[in-house]
Amino acid sequence: MSTAVSDNDTSSGPQQAGPKPPPVPEGSRTVTLKIQRFNPEFDEEPRWESYDVPALSTDRLLNLLHYVKWYLDGTLAFRRSCAHGVCGSDAMQINGVNRLACKVLMKDMLAPQGKPTVITIAPIKGLPVQKDLYVDMEPFFEAFKAIKPYLITYGNEPSKERIQSPADRERFDDTTKCILCACCTTSCPVYWADGSYFGPAAIVNAHRFIFDSRDQGAEERLDILNDAEGVWRCRTTFNCTDACPRGIQVTKAIQEVKRALLFKRV
Amino acid sequence: MSTTASPATGTGAAQGARRSRRRGTFYKGDPGMWSWVAHRITGVLTFFFLFAHVLDTALVRVSPNAYDEVIATYKTPLVNLIEVGLVGAVLYHALNGIRVMLVDFWAKGPKYQRPMLWVILGVWVLVMIPGTYYMLERTVTEMFGG
Repeated sequence: MSTAVSDNDTSSGPQQAGPKPPPVPEGSRTVTLKIQRFNPEFDEEPRWESYDVPALSTDRLLNLLHYVKWYLDGTLAFRRSCAHGVCGSDAMQINGVNRLACKVLMKDMLAPQGKPTVITIAPIKGLPVQKDLYVDMEPFFEAFKAIKPYLITYGNEPSKERIQSPADRERFDDTTKCILCACCTTSCPVYWADGSYFGPAAIVNAHRFIFDSRDQGAEERLDILNDAEGVWRCRTTFNCTDACPRGIQVTKAIQEVKRALLFKRV
Repeated sequence: MSTTASPATGTGAAQGARRSRRRGTFYKGDPGMWSWVAHRITGVLTFFFLFAHVLDTALVRVSPNAYDEVIATYKTPLVNLIEVGLVGAVLYHALNGIRVMLVDFWAKGPKYQRPMLWVILGVWVLVMIPGTYYMLERTVTEMFGG
């Protein structure tokens, strides 16, 4: 699904010059990327490194990371795959908030003319860092799998399709947009403090099925989320809603699951 | 979105539980996160006040004189200032509590959480300005001889 843009060389050279950089395009400005680096083979602690990169206002932040990777320091490791905000691979903490690097536009990041632009980039919080900007996503996917993110039905299969009215489809439309990038889950203070909390993404995906009129597994999923590590850990900090690159109203979805537990079942 | 770098200093209390967890990044977060942080802090402060309050009130059972002596110390300017802080903490906690309940039980609560936060902060300021004035009036006149 996602590709780790990493290399296998084991040398820890601080700055390895790659191929000759392309000519700096006209109208570009120099942007400083301050990136948190961590190589488990050599570093005890993460360290910060700064790179000066030419940027056009039409660039995305991902272009700048590529520039670092391809021309300045080939040892930089980060994930990206589609580079168009669909695969959800390049979630990272950019200037203190979780964003997809491929959806952050430089025109929104450049400081006013004459002032230097410094962009801080760190891996998403709460998941173990494997190298530089990429983290072990396994705990995140475990929580996702635990809420049974697939259609559950009982009884005979219908001979044709499972019909659903537009209104019923609308009920869970927002939560179908999730791309599992982990921006929301790793923006959650509760998740940072306690990794056993299911986290917003898992609840969003549970919501997608709980409120699907075709699905019959709502009770099972609500039972799972009624757990001590379930929806009740949510403190409505709204960091997840702010972080979601798909604009999903994450906190609203979590609140709907809470209310389903409170009122629909006795 | 801000174009300046966020301070890369503060270490979250959340860190350290698991191995290989990075330190040193400061998450800016939604205003909702900071309202929650303030809610926690004001809640704990109010709890400590109640703890002290139960103890001083219980003193009356020990001896009315001791009780009077302790209550007399409450008339000092410092305690007066702390009282203003207590009112501020309780007021914030109460107003934000209403906001949190609306977020929990009103279907449109999550949508309007930020406007609701600005409203409660506005109410807080509006109440605290005259409140502080009347609470500190006596202390100020006594100290500086109005």
